[in-house]
Amino acid sequence: MALTLDDVARIAHLARIEITDEEARRTLSQLNDIFALIEKMQAVDTSGVEPMAHPLGGAQRLRADEATEVIDRAAALRNAPAQQDGLFLVPKVIE
Amino acid sequence: MTAHLVSLAELSRQLQSKQVSAVELAQAYLARIEAHRDLNAFLDVRPEVTLAQARAADARIAAGGAHPLTGVPIAHKDIFVTKDFFSTASSRMLEGYMSPFDATVVRNLGEAGMVTLGKLNCDEFAMGSSNENSAYGNVLNPWDKGAVPGGSSGGSSAVVAARIAPVATATDTGGSIREPAAFTGVTGTKPTYGRPSRWGMIAFASSLDTAGLMTNSAEDAALVLGPMVGFDPKDSTSVDRPGEDFTRDLAKPVKGLRIGVPKEFFGAGLQPDVEAAVRAALEEYRRLGATLVDISLPSAELGIPVYYVVAPAECSSNLSRFDGVRYGHRARTYGDLNDMIAKSRAEGLGAEPKRRILIGTYVLSHGYYDAYYIQAQKVRRLIAEEFRRAFEQCDLIAGPVTTSVAFGFGEKAADPVAMYMSDLYTIPGSLAGIPSMSIPCGFGAKGRPVGLQLMANYFEEAKMLGAAHQYQLATDWHTRIPEGFR
Repeated sequence: MALTLDDVARIAHLARIEITDEEARRTLSQLNDIFALIEKMQAVDTSGVEPMAHPLGGAQRLRADEATEVIDRAAALRNAPAQQDGLFLVPKVIE
Repeated sequence: MTAHLVSLAELSRQLQSKQVSAVELAQAYLARIEAHRDLNAFLDVRPEVTLAQARAADARIAAGGAHPLTGVPIAHKDIFVTKDFFSTASSRMLEGYMSPFDATVVRNLGEAGMVTLGKLNCDEFAMGSSNENSAYGNVLNPWDKGAVPGGSSGGSSAVVAARIAPVATATDTGGSIREPAAFTGVTGTKPTYGRPSRWGMIAFASSLDTAGLMTNSAEDAALVLGPMVGFDPKDSTSVDRPGEDFTRDLAKPVKGLRIGVPKEFFGAGLQPDVEAAVRAALEEYRRLGATLVDISLPSAELGIPVYYVVAPAECSSNLSRFDGVRYGHRARTYGDLNDMIAKSRAEGLGAEPKRRILIGTYVLSHGYYDAYYIQAQKVRRLIAEEFRRAFEQCDLIAGPVTTSVAFGFGEKAADPVAMYMSDLYTIPGSLAGIPSMSIPCGFGAKGRPVGLQLMANYFEEAKMLGAAHQYQLATDWHTRIPEGFR
């Protein structure tokens, strides 16, 4: 199964990465090469095999829902691309 | 000063006995870093920060009872966030980013008194096998400046090979410690998944990401691994085990040790120069009294296909945090919020992370999840099971780290699949999550280093480091220093 240019555009949209037509064309052939590599795995008989989510098995540990440390507002905002009145600034989302 | 020629144990002894001060040592390494800037290994160096840490280390030593590593310099891969240096993951996305906190690994080593020399270049978000994916330029291989230093921990491998840092942190997701270690002739150690904390390690593929070390010997690695790892409640896959002395098996002879040699690691594609050096190393182990056992890991060849589903899937999820809202690059011009995010990501992320995000987004998307992601997780278990069975027949597994010695710049950069094959022998162990390492075992084509890979069962780092140390007692490959860096 090979991807099409439409697939690349759709995936890029889902991933929220703007992509030019030229980039999409270049990416398409690379992705198809990679999926050709991945195909080898799909033929393997895995009936009855439990998926392995991570090496050490078992459920992931949850911690108590408690505040353990607090980063002050100035430190949290230090790397913000845009801020105002101690808040992160984004384009208007609700008309 | 010849501090760069001695072991960490010797550096520690000189510091504790006040033959050398931490400040003098830091100054000597900072001078070496400055003299070899052409390697492009460091992304951020701040002598005032380093020297302040060194002064504090000297005060701790003067006060008595300091940890043996107090005052020993270390450089950190720029995947670990640090509050006193930029943390960029070698990406434009995080240019100028200052973390409000230190990664647990950085904090642990700082608490042991180690002095930070700076932050090291790597492939962007640790994705790559040559360091050519850094947004801040290639790192050069100290053995041959026309060769890649390996990746993704290429800065870490280069500085240790060049002796411009005595030890460096690194991370391994599919081979990113072992492959660069092999390419630069240093000792690269990846512990068991879950032993070192992932907290503050900029995430790539969370079920694989493992912190480790580049050093000049297995003994050095054993000394630093202890304080580096340990249970961290902030990491949901951190392993809760008591602390260990990883030096405990260093003096243990390898006589009687059963070393499994997987036939699949010596198939087509393995270059003759690498095979010759690796076979000679195995022969050395036999001479030292170990028994070589033929083993088979038939599913190992599925490692790459499995990895290129699992790792991109996890990466697409982890890198969704880079949206240009709270931190990171934001596009200059944009329309609505979605447009701002899409443009910021398009501008801030490099080609390789984008490629992997796209693959991951696809394999996780509706209708493909079971066929790709779940199937990959099932085959991953088959691979892990084969290792489990293999370790019933042997104590360690040994083989090549890479198919070839370090390749040249640009040789594989245009062909992602060729680049991905660089990790053929390292990915299976990563998928299983077992400890593994690369130790230098000779030189191949063009005088470039060759690495021997050692793999151990879960939590058997001490055994692996012990066997590596015994080899290093009998050989001198790990003491070789590239021309121009002596």
